[in-house]
Order: sequence, then C-alpha cells, then structure tokens
Amino acid sequence: MRTFRALLWHDVLMGIRSSGGAALSAAFFALIVILTPLGLGPDTTALKTVAPGLFWIAALLATLLGLERVIQPDAEDGTLDLLRLSPLPLELVALAKIFAHWITSGLIISLLAPILAPMLSLSVSAIPTLALSLLIGTLGLSSIGTAAAALGASVQRGGIVLAILVLPLNIPFLIFGASAVSGAQAGTATSQPLMFLTASSLLALVVGPIAAAAALRLNED
Amino acid sequence: MRIIAENVAAYRGERMIFRHVNFELGPGQALILHGPNGSGKTTLLRVIAGLLGLMAGRLRMLDANDQLLTDEAHDRAFHFVSHLGIVRSQMRVRETLEFHAAILGAPKTVVANALDEWALRPLADHSGGMLSAGQRHRLALARLSLQKRGLWLLDEPLVALDVASKTRLNDVAEKHLEEGGIIIAASHEPFLGDPRTLYLGPRS
Repeated sequence: MRTFRALLWHDVLMGIRSSGGAALSAAFFALIVILTPLGLGPDTTALKTVAPGLFWIAALLATLLGLERVIQPDAEDGTLDLLRLSPLPLELVALAKIFAHWITSGLIISLLAPILAPMLSLSVSAIPTLALSLLIGTLGLSSIGTAAAALGASVQRGGIVLAILVLPLNIPFLIFGASAVSGAQAGTATSQPLMFLTASSLLALVVGPIAAAAALRLNED
Repeated sequence: MRIIAENVAAYRGERMIFRHVNFELGPGQALILHGPNGSGKTTLLRVIAGLLGLMAGRLRMLDANDQLLTDEAHDRAFHFVSHLGIVRSQMRVRETLEFHAAILGAPKTVVANALDEWALRPLADHSGGMLSAGQRHRLALARLSLQKRGLWLLDEPLVALDVASKTRLNDVAEKHLEEGGIIIAASHEPFLGDPRTLYLGPRS
C-alpha cells in the first residue's frame, strides 16, 4: 500500500511539475471554452445549445494531452523495469498511474468547468451535473488512456497512435456525459445518462488496469 | 546465494547477441563483463534480472541451502542499476530516493543513510535537472544502499564518476563482497581490483 501511495504521489508531482502536464491540460480545456464564444459570436441561445457537447469535447481532448507522459518516461529511463521488479503487482502500478493522470487532468478540469460555465451561457441549474459528469467520466477516460499508453510505450513518439487507439473507446463517455448535461439544462431527467456514464467508468476502471498490466508485460519480450 | 549460468544465449528479434555463456558465482565473488559496444553486456544483465527471456541454456539462482529461488524471492534477490539512470529533472534528490525506497519495499528511514553513504546530503534538496552527469549517476547508485540485497547487477557503474566517487563505489562494492554479496558488472574500466572477467563479443 505504501508503494502504491508513493507511486501515486510521484506521478502526481511529475504531472504538476512537467511542462506538458497538469497546467497544459487545464489551459487547453479553458482555452477551447474561452475561444468558442469569440468564434461563434455572442448569440447566447446558440452557445447554450452547444455548451454541453463542447465542454465534453474539450475535456476529452484535454485528458488526451497528458497521456504521453503516463508511461513513456518510465519506459525511457528504466524506471519501468524497476516497477516490473517491485513487489507491487503491475495491475496496481497501472491503477496508481490512472489515478495520478486523473488527478492532474480530469479532477482539475471538473473543478474548472463550473467557473467557465458562464462563458458558454450554460444554465446555472446544469452546473452541478456538468461537474459531476466530468468528475465521473474523466476517471474512465484516464483508465482507457493509461491502457493505451501502456500499449504505445514501445512505440517511439506514440502520441498519434495513442489518440487513434483511444478516441473510439472514449465516444460513449462523450455521448452519455454530454446528454446528461443537456438533460440538466433542459430540465429533463439526468439520472439515466449519468448511470450509463458511471457504469462505463467503472467498467473502464476494472478493465483498464488489467489491460495496461498485460501490455506492460508484453513490452519487453 | 549462488548464481549459475549454463550455455546461456540471447537474441533480440532474429539477431543472436551472444551464446555459450557460462559462469558460476558464489558469496563474495564478482564478475566483470567486458566486450565492445553492442556485444550484449547490458542484455546479459537484463537476462539475469529476468527482464529479458533467454533463448537457450539455463540460469539458476540458488539460496543458501541450494534451493532454487521462487519468482518472488528472485525479484528481491538483486539490485539492478542501469546506466540509463533514474533521475527526473522535476524530482528532488531526496524525493527520488524516497520513491525508490518505496518501490523496493524499504522503509523511508533508509534514505538518510543512502544520502550519507553516497555524499548526496548537500544535494538532497536539489532537483534532478540541476545535477551533473556524475551526480546523477551517483544518485542512481545510491539505490544500492536503500535495501540489502545479495546480488548487484551494475551496468557501467564507473561512467562519469569523479575520482572520489570511484573510490567510494569501490569501497562500497568491496564491503558488499566481504559480507558475502555477489556483483556482476559491465564495465570498460578496471573495477574491483582483480575480479574474474567474462569477454562477450567476437572471438579474435
């Protein structure tokens, strides 16, 4: 357990201190949201309609950004070898990396989203659902992303491969997340898409570490 | 403990790196791997560490009672210090050692001892990005002091070290041998007085 905590802490610190880490992913998310009204014009009804989908697209892309630093640095400097030799099972190594990526991307985005909501004239009533759906959904995105990063670790400059691998699997999160926020804005029931979102995230959280660990074992031999 | 290699061969893809490697090491013995660049010194160390599979032959690690080590005991039987280093420019020296103590399953208290043993105390709060090549390498070597393990696998342990650090490494390594440890090191430079050597690469 101490090893798990130490790995989580190490990766969170790395995420916060790296130039391509937490700050970049938060800034990217904020920029998409801030630039949209400038591009679309100040038509609040139009902005209101696109807001749920746009927040989720921005979140999806922003979480993609940090994936290259989840496993790649460990593979490059030999830390991955040492992790493979450590008593901590690789599944838990992967889980620690998922949480670390989530803390440095999804969590920050979820906290940022309510502040940015007025930029897209999102109804105040939809803000709690927006934050909640991002909080739940990004955990699944980090899970899938980490598994893909583990697969891509053996490929030099695997960034594009990563994006291609990850995006199709992320589409359910986008659909359920955005429809939950739209529902909240329209005043209809949000529980159904939120449940689907939670189920998808839980599934990803179970399968992700196992897939990532299998990919890490394949890596060398 | 003892380690016995019989007719070990390794391939990377289709290419044969080495074959017919034989050695047997017991407590207090060291083996230095020689050979030109690309002759498979690092590969052999990785094979011994179990990070690469071997294509032929047998490689056994035995405990004090000549029993084969279990997989779990195998991973805890050795230290592997690679020339790649473990230093991240974003992490401080102390943080790096604390992280590696945790990976090894050692208590946090061992870090102070490792800092002293490798003269890293003055650098403890420097971030990895500020260290010179030799200091980085010394930090990688400090892993050896985080936990007592029987077998040390060292890949180019002398590279970039200054005279004082080389002496320090030699002292620490000789103490390890006196206490019944085993060392296998790949090195282009003379290391550890007069050890046994194994030449890898083309026969002349």
